Amino acid sequence: MGGDPIVSDYGMRAHWEHFAHEADMGVRGIGPSKAQAFEQAALAMTAIITDPSTVKALEMIRIECEAPDDELLLAEWLNSLVYEMSTRKMLFGRFAVELRQGALLGRAWGERVDPERHHPAVEVKGATYTSLRVALEGGTWIAQTVVDV
Amino acid sequence: MDLALLTRRREHEWEIPAQGAMRVPAVIFASEALVRQMDHKVFEQAVNVAMLPGIVTASFVMPDAHWGYGFPIGGVAAFDADEGGVVSAGGVGFDVSCGVRCLHTGLKSAALRAAQEALADVLYAEIPVGVGSTGGIHLGVAETDAMLAGGASWAVQNGWGDAQDLQRIEERGQMSGADPHSVSARAKQRQQDEMGTLGSGNHYLEVQHVTAIFDSELARQFGLELDDVVVMIHCGSRGLGHQIGTDFLKRMAMAAGAYGIALPDRELACAPIRSELGQSYLGAMRAAINCALANRQILTHLVRRSFAHVLPEAKLPILYDVSHNTCKLEQHGGRSLYVHRKGATRAFGPGHPELPEALRDAGQPVLIGGSMGTGSYILAGTHSSQRQAFSSACHGAGRAMSRHQASRTWRGREVIEALAARGITVRSPSMRGVAEEAPEAYKDVNAVVDAAEAAGLARKVARVEPLICIKG
Repeated sequence: MGGDPIVSDYGMRAHWEHFAHEADMGVRGIGPSKAQAFEQAALAMTAIITDPSTVKALEMIRIECEAPDDELLLAEWLNSLVYEMSTRKMLFGRFAVELRQGALLGRAWGERVDPERHHPAVEVKGATYTSLRVALEGGTWIAQTVVDV
Repeated sequence: MDLALLTRRREHEWEIPAQGAMRVPAVIFASEALVRQMDHKVFEQAVNVAMLPGIVTASFVMPDAHWGYGFPIGGVAAFDADEGGVVSAGGVGFDVSCGVRCLHTGLKSAALRAAQEALADVLYAEIPVGVGSTGGIHLGVAETDAMLAGGASWAVQNGWGDAQDLQRIEERGQMSGADPHSVSARAKQRQQDEMGTLGSGNHYLEVQHVTAIFDSELARQFGLELDDVVVMIHCGSRGLGHQIGTDFLKRMAMAAGAYGIALPDRELACAPIRSELGQSYLGAMRAAINCALANRQILTHLVRRSFAHVLPEAKLPILYDVSHNTCKLEQHGGRSLYVHRKGATRAFGPGHPELPEALRDAGQPVLIGGSMGTGSYILAGTHSSQRQAFSSACHGAGRAMSRHQASRTWRGREVIEALAARGITVRSPSMRGVAEEAPEAYKDVNAVVDAAEAAGLARKVARVEPLICIKG
């Protein structure tokens, strides 16, 4: 399952990290609640593209999605964000998630991508089902998958 | 990978015997050194593919294989619809029909070097590249459907290129059986401003020169001589293909149970070829192939326009255009098979009816992209490649190091300066992107290509090295 964390942001109780995949990148959100783990996984995905702290919260968009289980819901959440980034040409640096029985209500704050300021390294093509996992471990939720870049 | 798990059939051919739920063996084409370098995940993924319904002969692994999603990248598998065979969205991947196109220029490197910086600037200005970039083309709904049905042929009809270009593209530039109505509104929306864009990550446009000829007769038939300048374009079906992968991965994963398919890995999501979902995916995936072919055709037009500004004497006909991530219906051994190639190149041998007249004696050009510092290869399909792995060969060097390890190891500016000292001009909007694609982050493309030739998958024709690299 995954690999050793190689980049982390431990600045708060909920946090994210990347884990190694040979060609691409694993994203892992960790938090006291499942919703926070989902928020952090989204932040980890942004961090593949740019430093999330450089993204200004100028605009908020709403995302609603549903899936038959938690793991497919995580993939659906991340893929909804990929779609919004792609069609709006935006990056997001802050997320809020509510989970209600197989449905996700999310908000994402961000701004239009600015190559001069964001230096975006790579675009995310989609969230895969490889190493896809949502689980409660020792009182902490983790939400992770590998994204194709 | 642990060699003890494998049976060595030949010097460059290794077998994982069918065991457990495997319906066929898995076969790896590689040197001993390359097999040792392969992650154990490649073993697991090749074994999982061998469990899928209707798989024929073997789950094949190319010399550049690495850990992918469901299928290994560098995986080849063929399925027979008459035996309950499946089509897998995971077996094609997100970047449907990602591929390489090679253009001649008619120039030698001295002429190019005299205008190298100016040409790099014009190419970088003309070709939309990087995250969030858009092209100058906006497609409405009806025009998107026409593009998805017509591929490069649609692009030529709209003034991006010449009719003779189509002869040098797989499927003559237009994949038949495409069904734009099977493509979701979301997928079409992702593409409406992305036609004629290069993308990011490992996608690139390079101006290269031929630094070695390995087979002079094949090189002559391909129109290549030492020191010739060529252009290689590496990109795919952009946001549309990515969204089709996302859409069908989910639908197939959720439907697998209803079709009675036990998935060893959810990423192997698939559906019977003879099912509504399987047919819908094939129609959408073929439309994405057309999107990739149209995109590379528009990029070709932009390259020609750039050269016309700086080196007007250049003529840029296509040598060939290959796709890496596809599932295609082909005839092999008298059977109609759905051949998945995930990070693998089709490599038809001499005489194959799909090849254009001018290349029929030579065999299909197989274009192998390396890293921006090491060089790329032009190979040719052979008679033996038709027997080995459904006419398939490798597609690139394959990563040796993760993106984060690479970006922690090198600085983009230093990579660009080191390449400049070797006469290679790089233009990119992202220094971190350049660091993640540093030459040393990739495996040795020479070893991969040597193994492909030794295994009989393709024959080496020429090696090319970059002069200009436009990187996403």
